[in-house]
Amino acid sequence: MKPHDFDYVRPTELDQVFDLIERHGDDARILAGGQSLMPTLNMRLSAPALLIDINRIDALKGLSVEGDMLRIGALTRHVELEHSPEVARHAPLLTKAIRHVAHPAVRNRGTIGGSLSLADPAAELPACALALGATLVLRGRDGQRRVPANTFFVDLYETARGEKEVLEAVEVPLATSSDRFGFGELARRHGDFAMVGLAAAARMAGGTIERLRLAFFGIGNVPVLSSAADLAAGRPLDADLVEVLRGAVGETLDPTDNLQASAAMKKHLASVLVGRVLGDMME
Amino acid sequence: MTDVSETLAAPIGVSVPRPGIERFTAGRGRYIDDLLLPRMAHIAFLRSPYAHARIKSIDSAAAAALPGVIRIFTAGDLEGVVTPWEAVISNLPGIKSAPQFPMAKERATWQGEVVAAVVAQSRAQAEDAADAIAVDWEELPPLTDMVTALDPATPVLHPDLGDNLCFRMDIDAGDAPGRIAGADIVVEESFRIHRQTVVPLEPRGLIADFNPGDGILTVHHSSQVPHIMQAVFARHFGVEEHRIRVIVPDVGGSFGLKIHVFGDEMTTIAVSKILGRPIKFIADRLESFTGDVHCRDHIVKAKIGMMSDGRIVGLEVDDLTGIGPYSVYPRSSGVEAMLVAIFSGSTYDLKDYKATARVVFQNKAPMCQLRGVGMPIACSVTEGMVDLVARKGGLDPVEVRRKNLIPDDAYPYETAAGMPFEGLSFQSSLEELVRIMDYDALCKERDAKREQDIYLGIGVSIYCEGTSPSPLVYGVGGAPITAQDACTVKLEPSGAVSAAVGVTDQGQGAAAILTQIIASAVGVPMDSVSMTLGDTGRTPYGGGTWASRATGIAGEAALRAGRTLRENLLKIAGALLQLSPDDLDIREGEILQRSDGSVRMTLAELGRIVHFQGTGLPIEGDPGVVATGHFSLRDAMFMYTNGAIGSLVQLDPDTGFIKPLKLWAVDDCGRPINPMLVDEQLRGGLANAVGCSLFEELSYDDDGQLQNGTLVDYLLPMAGEMPDMEIAHMATPTKKSFLGAKGVGEAGIIGGPGAILNAVNDALSPFGVHVTEQPYTPERILAALGRV
Ligand SMILES: Cc1cc2nc3c(=O)[nH]c(=O)nc-3n(C[C@H](O)[C@H](O)[C@H](O)COP(=O)(O)OP(=O)(O)OC[C@H]3O[C@@H](n4cnc5c(N)ncnc54)[C@H](O)[C@@H]3O)c2cc1C
Repeated sequence: MKPHDFDYVRPTELDQVFDLIERHGDDARILAGGQSLMPTLNMRLSAPALLIDINRIDALKGLSVEGDMLRIGALTRHVELEHSPEVARHAPLLTKAIRHVAHPAVRNRGTIGGSLSLADPAAELPACALALGATLVLRGRDGQRRVPANTFFVDLYETARGEKEVLEAVEVPLATSSDRFGFGELARRHGDFAMVGLAAAARMAGGTIERLRLAFFGIGNVPVLSSAADLAAGRPLDADLVEVLRGAVGETLDPTDNLQASAAMKKHLASVLVGRVLGDMME
Repeated sequence: MTDVSETLAAPIGVSVPRPGIERFTAGRGRYIDDLLLPRMAHIAFLRSPYAHARIKSIDSAAAAALPGVIRIFTAGDLEGVVTPWEAVISNLPGIKSAPQFPMAKERATWQGEVVAAVVAQSRAQAEDAADAIAVDWEELPPLTDMVTALDPATPVLHPDLGDNLCFRMDIDAGDAPGRIAGADIVVEESFRIHRQTVVPLEPRGLIADFNPGDGILTVHHSSQVPHIMQAVFARHFGVEEHRIRVIVPDVGGSFGLKIHVFGDEMTTIAVSKILGRPIKFIADRLESFTGDVHCRDHIVKAKIGMMSDGRIVGLEVDDLTGIGPYSVYPRSSGVEAMLVAIFSGSTYDLKDYKATARVVFQNKAPMCQLRGVGMPIACSVTEGMVDLVARKGGLDPVEVRRKNLIPDDAYPYETAAGMPFEGLSFQSSLEELVRIMDYDALCKERDAKREQDIYLGIGVSIYCEGTSPSPLVYGVGGAPITAQDACTVKLEPSGAVSAAVGVTDQGQGAAAILTQIIASAVGVPMDSVSMTLGDTGRTPYGGGTWASRATGIAGEAALRAGRTLRENLLKIAGALLQLSPDDLDIREGEILQRSDGSVRMTLAELGRIVHFQGTGLPIEGDPGVVATGHFSLRDAMFMYTNGAIGSLVQLDPDTGFIKPLKLWAVDDCGRPINPMLVDEQLRGGLANAVGCSLFEELSYDDDGQLQNGTLVDYLLPMAGEMPDMEIAHMATPTKKSFLGAKGVGEAGIIGGPGAILNAVNDALSPFGVHVTEQPYTPERILAALGRV
């Protein structure tokens, strides 16, 4: 299908973006990598009158270490995350996860800002943001606002980003030698959105776990942190714990049915993933 | 005549790179959407959002006023331009269907049926206007469950037909129920094969160009069957066949899709006739999901009896298939079920066989023949049953097959369902499969791995395929579908050969195969042969490319044409050289004297003399330098081919995922013309098999709404899902032709699903469960394992 007619502008400054958003309101849409937006346009699921292409805005680009944070500009492409030595060093969970996002052609264009803004419930990066305790940096005409990932994802395709804001960057705490990360997902085909996935981060203190985050995706309307992870505090990361968590995690999730998996199946698979992902982290 | 074997030499039988492939690798192919004609307009369709609904009114006034819109059409506007069609063929006794119009008239009967057409300056404008058409619908109860379609309480979809039964066929050979009752081991099982669709890289498309000046209708068509479409258009548009030209440019895949008649395409032609200008229709991927025909959708109940020594004594199958609201034109939607009935059990030496096939109407997209036509169902049900009964009897599945296959020395052999097998190699194909799989070692490895909780599964399947159909399949039933092809070859003054034949090439290399045959038959290098395919204005009449007939039928016609041209050239050369034609031979474009091997003249010299200086050549009978060969199979429904497929999969019992690890194929396609292309056909067919076994399923809800009509949700397997494939060949040429080639286009999709099914069930066997609902999704596997 062909999209409805739309106008297209490609500003180079954020202020121009704000001007356009203020002028056009709901009729305007931000275009980043286009890998999610263009299909919805082509399928006529949405018909914005104006596309604001942000790909030339330098303020949204770049990867840098700032203090104890890795700042990842919204326009960072999936392929850059995949190959970045900084990301491998400071946020290895993203390096693990990004290979599960789509195919090389999509990763060449898709951006982290686009993925987090879209907030697809089955997407990898939003769950990683939760597991990492990341902070989303939103920029409006009047300045910046920092929103922790665990309050950013509000509902299906709905985030805490205001209508007149742009997602500027995401900040991830630098990984330390006490951190362990694990990632796993079950997808029908290579590169598909997951039926169920799990991004896990453990902060160790000596031989025991100080804090565990288990971020599931593909479960419901938003990625979720399972409260079962709290059971891990103060315990060693061992087979006993994994058994406990495997048993406990289902109760904390409230999945919805879809074509690929019923709610019961998703609970089952979530438990399987806990075993596998934490098993990897034990090694 | 030259000894046939001399004209079956290289390049026949050689894996030469495909001549002409560069145009594709260089991106210089030309498909329908690449063609631009003067004054061409575009068409887009409004399709029914409901499975079953009455059209109370259509208001297109607002849409008609939008920019670029030329005109909007609904069913009534086409009256008198195109007549409705009814897909019944008399060789399927009792088959019935209702008249079908290009656009829904008063009532839409599936989600996706065309309701209105917009012609505009661009496709985007046409889509904008289609969105703006307002239809006042009255929803009607949809008929979606094929199991209850024949219940007296179920409303009848076409009241004039009396019930929802399209077609029924029964076979009762010997005494299957009696023999099964007396068997030592009996298995009864039901198989569900879900609906699929075929997704060629290039969707359907055409440009219809009616010229009111000369009354000629030209249709540029992404098609497999230009002459069949010419005949169909003649019937329904009131234009005589010689005033219709169907031209098939490059086609980007088809798999049996582009042989059927579609309402959107017929509307496009009608609109071109009305407006007197070229109209382009390119189906987009979304409308293809409900606008194309679907395939499969069967529930098959089967019963098999075996003696404790492994002898199978009887088989019963009962097939129920739902085909949507109409039998599909012009082939009908009855042949799929007929082939399930006649091919089930056909690989085994079995006299006691009973089959019932019922075809019912429903409010879903029309279902019809796609790659393999019914035979994949026949094979996977039969092979699935053989494995189940072998397992129940504690016997090795290969052993049971060895005991029951039709012996290689039994031919000619007539199957229980009456198929006359001429010469097949079931047994030696199985033995070759066992050899290349290293079956015994593989079984040991599987058993050892199970100790470590790694669940491998091994499956084999034996298949039989009908290719190169004769008039007995469609033509005798009244369908305008020829089984004959002709090929014309001519010598150019340069000594090169130009050939024309009515079949098409949709990417599989049909043109390359025919080039190899003609090069061998005449005796010229391949780059001295040029091919014209698929154009009713420029090629002899022919049936097109489907059911592997491009090689089996058109290939034989090409061989005969090439041989006649060779004889004529030898006669002319003999006269010029004052030698007996019998002492001359043509090789690589040169005329040799057999007695001493010397080159006496080139075809270029001969071509120049014949074309420019040929007055008064002293040749008896005045042999021409243009020759035509014809061929049609006449005395059986099909040429029959066979083979064996092996599959290795790994089951993850925690997640229900099945990972295909390897596939093996041993295929007997008769004489292979280009072994590399034979391998590629098998690989492509096996890729289809992986798709239908593990991924592809169109899901409809109870309201007849398709739930997964995009490539995001309809899981087509990709390269990453494919296992390694190993291929070996048997070659039992058919005696029905000089060429001896039978065809290979469907082999992988026919034999593959049964092998994968058996491998999946082998992997599940340690848990004492099995599956029979295809595709074998993680959810179905986990349900069988009792884990969800
Ligand atoms: C075949 C295919 C397979 C895919 N598989 C996966 C997968 O397995 N996992 C996965 O996670 N994703 C997958 N994707 C989606 C892909 O990762 C997308 O690129 C990503 O979700 C969106 O990023 P984008 O840059 O392309 O955003 P766009 O498509 O340009 O935009 C997406 C949305 O975000 C908004 N937006 C974008 N950037 C900003 C910003 N900086 N500030 C505010 N709003 C913004 C846009 O307005 C739009 O609403 C797949 C896509 C395709 C085509």
